[in-house]
Amino acid sequence: MLKSGFLLCAIAATSLTGSAQATVHLNPPDVNGTRTLQDQTAAAAIRNYLQAWQGLGTALEKNRTDMLDRDFVGTAKDKLADTIRQQSAAGIRTEYQDEAHDIQIVFYSPEGLSLELTDNVQYDVQLIDHDKPVGTQKVRARYIVVMTPGETRWRVRVLQAVTE
Amino acid sequence: MKLVMLLVALFGLGSVQEAFSQGESLGFPKTVQAGSAFSVQLLGSGEGTLYIVGPGGALKRDVRFGEIWSFPAGSFSNAGHYVAFVTGSSSDGSSEFDVVPASKAADLSFLAKPSRLPVGLHNGITGAIYVFDDYHNLIAVPLPIQFELSNPSGSTQTRSAVTRYGSAWTEFDSTLQQGADKFLARAGDISSLRVIRQVPGDPCELKMSVARSGEKLQLVTQPVRDCSGNAVPDGTIITFTQTYHGAQSVVDVPLKRGIAEVQMPSHVGATISVASGVVLGNQIQWEK
Repeated sequence: MLKSGFLLCAIAATSLTGSAQATVHLNPPDVNGTRTLQDQTAAAAIRNYLQAWQGLGTALEKNRTDMLDRDFVGTAKDKLADTIRQQSAAGIRTEYQDEAHDIQIVFYSPEGLSLELTDNVQYDVQLIDHDKPVGTQKVRARYIVVMTPGETRWRVRVLQAVTE
Repeated sequence: MKLVMLLVALFGLGSVQEAFSQGESLGFPKTVQAGSAFSVQLLGSGEGTLYIVGPGGALKRDVRFGEIWSFPAGSFSNAGHYVAFVTGSSSDGSSEFDVVPASKAADLSFLAKPSRLPVGLHNGITGAIYVFDDYHNLIAVPLPIQFELSNPSGSTQTRSAVTRYGSAWTEFDSTLQQGADKFLARAGDISSLRVIRQVPGDPCELKMSVARSGEKLQLVTQPVRDCSGNAVPDGTIITFTQTYHGAQSVVDVPLKRGIAEVQMPSHVGATISVASGVVLGNQIQWEK
């Protein structure tokens, strides 16, 4: 069911990222679980995940925890909020610009209340100390992401880079 | 990268030599276990600033090159990817490293569904877990998981699973006996318990009898049970229907102490039936 509509899903996700430059590659899901993952569900989750990267970038750039509310919940939100407070206390900011995503959905829980994906992300991190750029680093990292459905959208509950 | 950027990590009792071998070209370790203490030596001379940033944390320290800088336990407890920037009078540079979760499970996020269901339902109970370490980092390496579903009579079903990307799941049939089942997920010596209440299913073989009671008929069901023999709970609606000369009268009666009873007018030739939801019971033709 998902495979047949996967291209459509990919196109939809790419066009709805809101990211200016990020390219998105979606791999066919390798879902561990019995619940059927519908195309619309996968597309919505991935769209919301990619939007979460924009939210993360804005929040860490402006050091505003309230910018996390739309996209993050639970552990991911708490940890990012702590990071923002640490940045703010140190007088630094970081700008995250995601350039490429290589995404695969790997788990859809039987009751449909969580979805897990992996993402090989390429992004730039620019560090700014009191409005003075310190440096920029190109990063390539593999992320594990757990998302849970909220009232109107999927939210990121776990966002964690793992060692490849 | 100039000399000033050579960062040497010292882990616990690990030697400088070991840290060098782990540290790739920039000297920073490839990985640090979440929450563990570590040290970094900035080779060179003069003063500068060390920044470490990532979605999981951020810090800034003024540093003197040539000294060992210690990060106490808990400095980096959030697993993830970090970038270290160093600025100084003689050179700037950057390095990357990962903070990895501890491999020992410390917390399970266990979602069991549903909390209540009828007995005898195939794969009716599902459980999904995510495994976390002490710092609530998702443990991505495979871990063995044991799921157990035990009912009040003591019988236990078990399933084994191995986590994949930190998650695992299972499903069980609900048992044939009503009651509160215990649904346990275990990873090592950490477990999480949920209670699944199994309730009787729909009535099965609904039967009633009829007897005259003065000018009326007394209709009484046998104790109403589901197909597994569990008593259907009191309050379940039982519907008695009497059809006589094309007219129909219907009475809904809640089960009380396992049976339903009602009085209806006595009409010779009437047809009386009993039902509960879509389950039909017997039908009686009253001829007396």
